Amino acid sequence: MDFKSFVFYFFSTILVLASLRVITARNPVHAVLFLVLAFVSGGGIWLLLDAEFLAMTLILVYVGAVMVLFLFVVMMLDINLDRLREGFWSYLPLGATVGALMALEMGVILGGSYLNLFESSVPSAASESNVKAIGRLIYTDYVYPFELASVILLVGIVAAIALTGRKRKPTKAIDPARQVLVKASDRLRIISMPAEKKE
Amino acid sequence: MDAFQQFLGSVFGDGASLVWTILKIMAIVAPLMAAVAYLTYFERKVIGYMQVRIGPNRVGYWGLLQPIADAVKLMFKEIIIPAGADRSLFLIAPMLAIVPALAAWAVLPFSDTLILADVDASLLYVMAIASLGVYGIILAGWASNSKYAFLGAMRSAAQLISYEVAMGMALITVLMVSNSLNLHDIVRAQGQGVFVDYGAGFLSWNWLPLLPMFVVYLVSGVAETNRAPFDMAEGEAEIVAGFHVEYSGMAFAIFFLAEYANMILISALTSLLFLGGWLSPVGFLPDSIFWLLAKISAVLFFFLWIRATFPRYRYDQVMRLGWKVFIPLCIVWIVVVGCWMMSPLNIWK
Repeated sequence: MDFKSFVFYFFSTILVLASLRVITARNPVHAVLFLVLAFVSGGGIWLLLDAEFLAMTLILVYVGAVMVLFLFVVMMLDINLDRLREGFWSYLPLGATVGALMALEMGVILGGSYLNLFESSVPSAASESNVKAIGRLIYTDYVYPFELASVILLVGIVAAIALTGRKRKPTKAIDPARQVLVKASDRLRIISMPAEKKE
Repeated sequence: MDAFQQFLGSVFGDGASLVWTILKIMAIVAPLMAAVAYLTYFERKVIGYMQVRIGPNRVGYWGLLQPIADAVKLMFKEIIIPAGADRSLFLIAPMLAIVPALAAWAVLPFSDTLILADVDASLLYVMAIASLGVYGIILAGWASNSKYAFLGAMRSAAQLISYEVAMGMALITVLMVSNSLNLHDIVRAQGQGVFVDYGAGFLSWNWLPLLPMFVVYLVSGVAETNRAPFDMAEGEAEIVAGFHVEYSGMAFAIFFLAEYANMILISALTSLLFLGGWLSPVGFLPDSIFWLLAKISAVLFFFLWIRATFPRYRYDQVMRLGWKVFIPLCIVWIVVVGCWMMSPLNIWK
């Protein structure tokens, strides 16, 4: 076994174990951290494939930003594990179906070369820098899909702000004219009340 | 150097390159740690003089042994783990804080030939590694199981994420003008231009044509390292000391080291990206690593200077500065630089 395959198995082992712990860890914060570990090992495997741009972006975007916000939310939530487990058996058929479908899809992808689905195997690493190659493709051949994706993201941002943004009264400044015009009856209410007797 | 490598080859055989790499890593990390220790001394002295005090002057001549004394004190103190804390995360958090601050140095070039790993996308690597630093802070706050620590961690994480965006945007213009993601090439690109031929190389560095981005990067760097006047995470008056309030002894010291190592890292990046790295400012002096060290020290002095000068920002003002001032400015400047590069006035050919 040469050094490269050793590194590959090292990252893969960590990746598989971390992914398993994501769904088995009792503490949600620990689960998120195992997901981070899984992402980092995934980035390592991508680096082995000479996909340095993808690996760096995975770490920069997912680990550096998305998972941090995720961690934020999970830390803030007061998650009751027993309540989460309550509906386990009633949801099991649905979950099992989805899981089986995903396993099937993964099998098709991974066994693709065996089933002759792909035109070629793993594309060979380009001689020029990975980033340049991706940039060139994004801004020439795939410019419309790329712009479309960015518009969808923009819609997402606008929707998120529209959902959470509240109109607040900007200031608490008082209008002197209205203050002057105030009458006693606007502010004061006189109630006549019979005196209470001592028992 | 070659003779030494041959000697290593004769002693370790096939493992020689591994040993050589480890030696190089040590040659970077050991001076870095010493620099961190003496940066604390430098900070106390500089701020002391700015406030008409003397600063540390008891241990050794001019207090020069003060950082050593501090380190020894912190090493022998007990690490207290709070009763309700998540033990493992509580101990992992300081490590997660310091590792990114050290790992990023792997791709930083120190001179034309001195570099540990000359990778293609080294700037992306630095940004990816630097974005991991927030985990140490956020986990320290959560694992301490203390309200002050948690609030400090939340503040600091929100601030780090906001300013990371501004920083990344400021770097886009640098990438555009130098046409590379490699730090080595970025520095080399700054050594070309009209002014270099006149012998005034410092005018062709990125800071001048990209002045707004230089300012954005520098200020975001201060915010990114949680330094005054953006040290919301600490805010002694409001939340005691922020995310590391429950830490003591060496665990606390590691957070301290990480903060100062991050400062040095940001200074080094500023020097490489905007101040021409190891390039000499004038034509008649040769390029060398000493220029880089001098520039790093100057940027570090700037960090200390503004800490002694400005009062702390209010939290909403920090957020507004990041999201509503810096990011729009960066977006506009990206377009401006793009148009500039396409126009006949392009100076980066």
